[in-house]
Amino acid sequence: MTATAKPFVMPAPHPKERRIIFGNLSIPGYDPSIDTYLKHGGYESLKKALTMKPSEIVDAVKASNLRGRGGAGFPCGAKWSFIKYDDGKPHYIVVNGDESEPGTFKDRYILHYDPHQLIEGLVIAAYATNTHLCYIYIRCEFPEAAKIVWNAIKEARARGFVGKNVCGSGFDVDIYVHQGAGAYICGEETSLLESLEGKRPYPRIKPPYFPAVLGLYMKPTIVNNVETICHVKHIIRLGPEEYAKMGTPGDGGTRTMCVSGDVMKPGFYELPAGAVTLGELIYDVCGGLKPGRKLKAVIPGGSSAKVLRAGEKFKIKVKGPDGQMVDKEIDVLDVVMDASSLAAVGTMVGSGGVMVMDDSREMVWALNNLNQFYAHESCGQCTPCREGSLWMSKITTRMLKGGAVENDPKMLKSVADNIAGRTVCAFGEACSWPTQSFLTKFPEEFEALATGQKS
Amino acid sequence: MTVTADPTATTERQADKVTPEIEAEIDEIISHYPVSKRSASLPLLHYWQNHFGYVDDSGIEWIAAKLELQPINILELVTFYPWFRRQAAGKTIIRVCRTLACAMAGSYEVREKFCKAVGLDPHEEHHGFGCAPPTTKDGKFSVEFVECLASCGSAPVALINDTLYENITPESVPGIVEKLK
Repeated sequence: MTATAKPFVMPAPHPKERRIIFGNLSIPGYDPSIDTYLKHGGYESLKKALTMKPSEIVDAVKASNLRGRGGAGFPCGAKWSFIKYDDGKPHYIVVNGDESEPGTFKDRYILHYDPHQLIEGLVIAAYATNTHLCYIYIRCEFPEAAKIVWNAIKEARARGFVGKNVCGSGFDVDIYVHQGAGAYICGEETSLLESLEGKRPYPRIKPPYFPAVLGLYMKPTIVNNVETICHVKHIIRLGPEEYAKMGTPGDGGTRTMCVSGDVMKPGFYELPAGAVTLGELIYDVCGGLKPGRKLKAVIPGGSSAKVLRAGEKFKIKVKGPDGQMVDKEIDVLDVVMDASSLAAVGTMVGSGGVMVMDDSREMVWALNNLNQFYAHESCGQCTPCREGSLWMSKITTRMLKGGAVENDPKMLKSVADNIAGRTVCAFGEACSWPTQSFLTKFPEEFEALATGQKS
Repeated sequence: MTVTADPTATTERQADKVTPEIEAEIDEIISHYPVSKRSASLPLLHYWQNHFGYVDDSGIEWIAAKLELQPINILELVTFYPWFRRQAAGKTIIRVCRTLACAMAGSYEVREKFCKAVGLDPHEEHHGFGCAPPTTKDGKFSVEFVECLASCGSAPVALINDTLYENITPESVPGIVEKLK
């Protein structure tokens, strides 16, 4: 039996959208079979890539300014260039399909509905880095996706796009699907590698365990997000210059913004990087807030990104008319949704998960929900995170149940401040940033509970 | 010292039910990991749990022996990863997403409705990793909260066995359960 997901119809694109990754999905009646994929130009980019020198592909990815779409936003070409093509060691590529950052839901659609796009990008990446064994790590909460991708790999193998002598080029590559088992931490790249080695997924410390040096089985390894690998195909298809032009300098191509929460049209929107401001994204692309509601808060890049408060003003540096950098005050709604602009206002574009909250939401409640998430998902390797995430969750839960004490906001801050920077992996930051930023941006709500001014 | 046998204890061992066909499928899975057999431990646990419903002591020992590991190397995975359990769960497992976007869209109420619709006490606690989620006495349904299912745009969602249900309203829950019965 062939695995299929239930039919999915992409809504008509917003005029600001430019669908590259989700181009195929926008075709009426598109299905994940290889015949449909081939009918729409599938595997042509792979054939083109196989005529190029591997180093030319790495250079093209560098020139495209593609940044990782998993959350950390590391330049993809730079990551690839750490792998020395002919160092005599085996190399591996592991695709990170452990999509589980709250607020993020883009890879789900690629894996379920356009798996060949991922496979094509992956074979190109393998060819460019002299890799003959790849794994696609898919979280087990996507059971249908795992079947669909397996099936797609079989189809691609039968047509000679995967396996021995890809398209007659003499290049061999094997791809396997590996399923996770319900742990968020496996989205962290070194943790994912431990998981793939069959161990408890405790993240490895960097240095020395950079995947590019000591990755899977202690060999040079590239770990890339599903969406990132898909972009590779389009860099080859369009050429790096054309591709880079779609984005902003240093953040090339399109970005999929996943919008959830209190907007009229939640969903994922593929936009050229930096094409919209936060205000345009909420009020134009997503149809605004629910009737009668006012904006209160936005988490712009997955739950770990620091929260933004409606009405906040930021001083940023912009190029003035005379070419000098000048200070300019902007409202939070005018922040451009790209990596550098969000970093300039103290948060991050992360995995592109935008969570919008209107004035009906209580911030302590929202933070408590996230704290419970992090307390559940901390792997327990490092004491500050294992204990701290649990205590933050206990404190916010207690505050909501009417048991707050005056010192709670200070205590929360102190716990959070003692996690970030003191752990092996970035989960420490991820779990303390929400608490730190909610406390800084909405102190009055915490104070009200702590001092008993709110029933 | 004599130990009184637990009358409810079963002497059945899952490992005794491994047929040559099962072993052939397991060998095929192991072949996906040419560099290190140990990498197959998660896939084998998935295979075992899908086949037998949960993983018992004999399963842990069997998988460990198969992969030339110690049983603790497998047990430590079962106790870490939330997906694996050492007790049978319901035939239909309803996993409701608990995290922020779904919670904002009403997933707490949705979970309660699911519990009520299948006949479970919504206040019954999940006893943690390794245990089966709260399960109806007839063994038909389990209901549990899980963390983000990565479908925040169509919140609230629930993963029911292998199928994702989206935009669930509290009103739609009894109808969903009725179809699953």
